[in-house]
Amino acid sequence: MKKTSDTTREGDSLPASNEAKSSIGLIIGASSVGTLIEWYDFYIFGMLATIISVQFFPENSGTSALLSTLAIFAAGFIVRPFGALVFGRLGDVIGRKYTFLLTLVLMGGSTFLIGLVPGFASIGWAAPILVLLLRLVQGLALGGEYGGAATYVAEHAPPHRRGFWTSWIQTTATLGLFLALGVIILIRQSQGVEKFSSEWGGWRYPFWISLVLVIVSIAIRLKMQESPLFAQLKKEGKTSTNPLKESFGHKANFKMVLLALFGAVMGQGVIWYTGQFYAQSFLENVCKLDFLQSRNIILIAILMATPGFVLFGWLSDLFGRKWIMMFGMLAGILAYMPIYKSFLQYTDPKERVALIQKDGWSETVPEAFYDSKHPDRLLVKTSYDTLYTDGAVYRYLVTDTLTIPANSMTSATASLLLKYPHSGKEEILQVHNSNPNTASPIVVEVRDVSSKPGTVIERKVGNAVYWKMILLVFVQIVFVTMVYGPIAAFLVELFPTRIRYTSMSLPYHIGNGVFGGLVPFLATLIVEFTKTAENPGGNPLAGLWYPIGVATVCFVIGSIYLTNKIDKEVMD
Amino acid sequence: MNQLKKNLGYLWMLMAPVLIVFMCWQAFEKTMATDPAIRFNTALQWGIILLVFIPVCAGFFIFGKYAVEGAYEHLPESSAEIPESEL
Repeated sequence: MKKTSDTTREGDSLPASNEAKSSIGLIIGASSVGTLIEWYDFYIFGMLATIISVQFFPENSGTSALLSTLAIFAAGFIVRPFGALVFGRLGDVIGRKYTFLLTLVLMGGSTFLIGLVPGFASIGWAAPILVLLLRLVQGLALGGEYGGAATYVAEHAPPHRRGFWTSWIQTTATLGLFLALGVIILIRQSQGVEKFSSEWGGWRYPFWISLVLVIVSIAIRLKMQESPLFAQLKKEGKTSTNPLKESFGHKANFKMVLLALFGAVMGQGVIWYTGQFYAQSFLENVCKLDFLQSRNIILIAILMATPGFVLFGWLSDLFGRKWIMMFGMLAGILAYMPIYKSFLQYTDPKERVALIQKDGWSETVPEAFYDSKHPDRLLVKTSYDTLYTDGAVYRYLVTDTLTIPANSMTSATASLLLKYPHSGKEEILQVHNSNPNTASPIVVEVRDVSSKPGTVIERKVGNAVYWKMILLVFVQIVFVTMVYGPIAAFLVELFPTRIRYTSMSLPYHIGNGVFGGLVPFLATLIVEFTKTAENPGGNPLAGLWYPIGVATVCFVIGSIYLTNKIDKEVMD
Repeated sequence: MNQLKKNLGYLWMLMAPVLIVFMCWQAFEKTMATDPAIRFNTALQWGIILLVFIPVCAGFFIFGKYAVEGAYEHLPESSAEIPESEL
């Protein structure tokens, strides 16, 4: 370890030996694999949110829906700063190695246990309470993990390679997301949607797989040695006895914590979560893109953009950290509106009328719903696919309210003959009614479904649009790599060794967990505010003002208050 | 540049309470829904937003105060620059 440490200090002038290089590879590999698994664990919960809320919360309850939403989208993020405090303190007192070994065990254990909790149907309210508790443990563990891994690698790195080395840690958050998406898609496709979503179905497998991944990672991490800088401090008896007080109780350090948060990390957090999470949520919920297509777009874009983390980490060693991060933020501020406008434009049916194939629609069997409160009305829901010349397929839902003779729906099962005037097509439907009497078939005339556009409920875009969307997500992830690639080295250089773990973890997790993690939730909330009686859809782009606003303030603060100088000496 | 840092400090100090008032006002307005179920949901959502962002705004105010005091005129380049009493 001493040898590595010496190589580190002389790294500016001497090339690292082969032995040192292989030990460096192990340090980066062991730190990165563990962190990647922690991100994987954290993300699978969010990606399976819909299924989890169905399995662990009662149906048709406003309160439970709220609880599930809060538990799934917010709880894990909100407790991350607390994890940063608890484990950051431990890391500065007992050491980096054992602390992030502990966070790994907690994360893996809680993830595995989430996969074992029976559903609401089996154990009632104990189910959501257990899941919430385990989710909180996940958030705490992640809060302690990242700072430890970044600090550990940075404290092994030579000054002129610190950005490059720590950038490997930075790839783990995105690769964790990639792994989580890939595993879920693979299991879902192999099992089918119904089996995957059942109480003990395939959605639990990603949680169980985590146990294997964590055991492997623990085995690797046990072979690691303590950070040379921390070991030296410990040997000299210079470690902090109260890192929380030193970090936040003294102005000289606290001002740097605040500067790191408001001048770098809060902007980085919103850029990260807009590019990778809000983009997916927008494609799925606003653009109504097909489940598989929306996820594949993210997967391909992530894969293409991930080398950017290492590239910008390396560039930050040459040109400084600050301006690379600031350019990433500025690019996001300027590009988000045009990018998301393009998403809407590419999928807007009005823009695509000229592309509809001749007779390019296929109708599905309609469903009829009888409402006993309105005996003279019948709801007929018909979905149909419209085919476009560029290969796109849009599924529309048309809902018709039909007037029927009063009291004619009095039989247990009435026959309903639907006549489509334009196509001449006829359809017989069975409509269930709880009031048993006899009645002859009712003839109802329905207008042709193709004469009314209806509401788009799912879109499959054509090849050209598909790749344009991948490009637009890719561009957003490039912004992510610019702000995120150099940030570990930047944070490490901002704080002294004795309180580094604590000091860098808190702003990182407030910036990412709170400002970033709440992007999908707050952006959706802002869109809700824009909905009015005249405009029930609201302004789908309004939610972008949250990340744009936060990134703008951060850009101004970072540009003016931060220095671009690389700290060569992190031994102090 | 140092004067700009100080002057902007006043802006950050002003922005922090303005943001808190804005969030409280929004929370009050949105939780006044007539449907009790919606009101309950909205109140809890806004409760969490306020709980999380009010301390952050307080931190932003302190950041502005430090900027006005000139704490960011020169950033320390090593621990030697931090007074012993501060460690």
